[in-house]
Amino acid sequence: MSTPVGSAPQAPVEVSIRGIGAWAIGTPDWATLRAVARGEAGPAADALKKAAPALLPPNERRRAPDSVLLALAVAQAACDAAQADPAVTPSIFASMNGDLAITDAICRTLSEAPTDMSPTRFHNSVHNAAAGYWTIGVGSHAPSTALSAYAATFAQGLLEAAMQLDAGAPQVLLVAYDSFATGPLGKVSISEGLLGFAMVLEREDQQEHRGHGRCRSLKLSLHPGAAPALPPGALADLAGRNAMAPALVFIDALANERPLCELPAGQDLVMRVELIHG
Amino acid sequence: MTPLAITARTATTACGRGVGALREAIAARRSGLRPNDFSTTPLATWIGRVDGLENLPLPAPFSGWECRNNRLAWLALQQDGMLGRVQATSERYGAHRIAIVIGTSTSSIGATEEAYARLDGDQHFPADLQRPIVHTVHSLGDFLQAATGLRGPCVTLATACSSSAKVFAQAARLIQSGIVDAALVGGVDTLCGSVLFGFNSLGLISADPCRPFDAARNGLSLGEAGGFALLERDGDGPWLRGYGESSDAHHMSSPHPEGLGARLAMLAALQRSGLEPEVIDYINLHGTATPKNDEIEAGAIAALFPATTSASSTKAWTGHTLGAAGIVESVIALDSMVTGLVPGSLNCEHPDAACGPQLRRENAHRDVRVAMNNSFGFGGNNCSLVFGAERGS
Repeated sequence: MSTPVGSAPQAPVEVSIRGIGAWAIGTPDWATLRAVARGEAGPAADALKKAAPALLPPNERRRAPDSVLLALAVAQAACDAAQADPAVTPSIFASMNGDLAITDAICRTLSEAPTDMSPTRFHNSVHNAAAGYWTIGVGSHAPSTALSAYAATFAQGLLEAAMQLDAGAPQVLLVAYDSFATGPLGKVSISEGLLGFAMVLEREDQQEHRGHGRCRSLKLSLHPGAAPALPPGALADLAGRNAMAPALVFIDALANERPLCELPAGQDLVMRVELIHG
Repeated sequence: MTPLAITARTATTACGRGVGALREAIAARRSGLRPNDFSTTPLATWIGRVDGLENLPLPAPFSGWECRNNRLAWLALQQDGMLGRVQATSERYGAHRIAIVIGTSTSSIGATEEAYARLDGDQHFPADLQRPIVHTVHSLGDFLQAATGLRGPCVTLATACSSSAKVFAQAARLIQSGIVDAALVGGVDTLCGSVLFGFNSLGLISADPCRPFDAARNGLSLGEAGGFALLERDGDGPWLRGYGESSDAHHMSSPHPEGLGARLAMLAALQRSGLEPEVIDYINLHGTATPKNDEIEAGAIAALFPATTSASSTKAWTGHTLGAAGIVESVIALDSMVTGLVPGSLNCEHPDAACGPQLRRENAHRDVRVAMNNSFGFGGNNCSLVFGAERGS
């Protein structure tokens, strides 16, 4: 085989974290999730079982699936923390499965009485449902995308966020989330509980935006290989069986101010994330 | 943006396998649509079904990904020498230097539907469908990694009907940032109960073959398709010159009444290409034949482009192939640069009053140097692409 002529391995891409949002059952915000990750507190025992994003009016909140409520809650929290205007911030929704409880319900309907399909359930079933509800809810005409990469979903979402910044967007919103699977599908495709994590990210050169609070930076690079598994601990106990569990490695590194973490990024591909804790 | 070379392309649709079959069907005004023979529960509609998938199981090494959608991906990959081009490119740059960015709306949900139709007495999936990978949207991207051996970033983009237009934008960012040297982009979507009965529940499908932009149009015809393109920094062209992405911020399943998102996407694509509307020779429209989409898109085209621009929908040939629409219709737009044949909107007898002079009913021959493709999806998710025969300055 000839020697590949591709360019040299890529230099790390640098981005800054401007704001964070998080939600899991028992940890309804980033401060609580961070405390759990640091072993300083446990998840709340009498926790809410679903998120309640303030931007949706109550009737919309009843119609929207749990996965959408989760995604919107963390998206809003991240924008609030960053003091970012969601109406002009491009958004990236990364979810391995979208909403398998809806898939369960739709496939059940199709096997019994296909013509009884609910139109609301159908439009809620698209992978970009959360992106749609978000852009409608905040009145955003900015680009929005929805992606999946199986266990590499979080890393690929992070990569796309960095790419949009590199292509000129001053800030982007990354929303990573997955919800529970139900029914016969839930016995094959395992995902439990709710885990949502969002960040408003900005380009490293956006110095003028800095100045309030600690600013954390990330250096991202891709390498052949496999990422280590999520170690046992409080975060694994909290959401280790959720489809977005690979994000817990990053959440752990962020919360515990570790200098480095490695995320699954695909077949024979790992994303190395260097964290600079401001 | 710095233009990117499109060094290979292919599409497999209800009109047949590969670009040649599509080209011939368009030239002959021969639709690929047929009365619905797909769903076991009767549904009066016409569909764009790809022949032969039932008898084309995946090769044994790929049996873990077995499902209709990945069969169509594999079939489409065999056409126009695409798989060979991908492998040659992989040897040139290295497998880790090539990304896969692929679009779909429902991926292999047909396999999940089948599992529910064949549940055992204990409500368990049959053994042959106890494969988590085919019950998740990245089934498609994961299969393509196995099928091509590519090892760069691999991601499945799922924004409904804009998916396989947006893949060009995401891949362009990866190449321009230096993360990879090339990208395999495209989209694959197959017919399934979810979309047939889902669009039926929304009252958006027609009982007749769809009639894009006709004043009496009454809904869409669903179709299935797979298509791919290879993007590189250098090559002979044609070229990806621009992309534009936007959101409607209006409604989950209905377009913005003034077509605001559609206009923003087209204007952003033009701006990124550095080209003026006057140089656009042909636009392959989203043109689903739903009453609202076509009225709003026609209005936006009439407002933005001169009469010298030709515009049409090709969905009466292929059906609305959802997450594959972006790649199929980009391939058609790119092929018009080669053939000089601009498709008219098949089945459009009496154009809607909203249509401007850009909307063409009949096929025409003209020199196409710059073409555009529009793809708009649920959730108000829009993408427009600009392609050029020349790299430009």
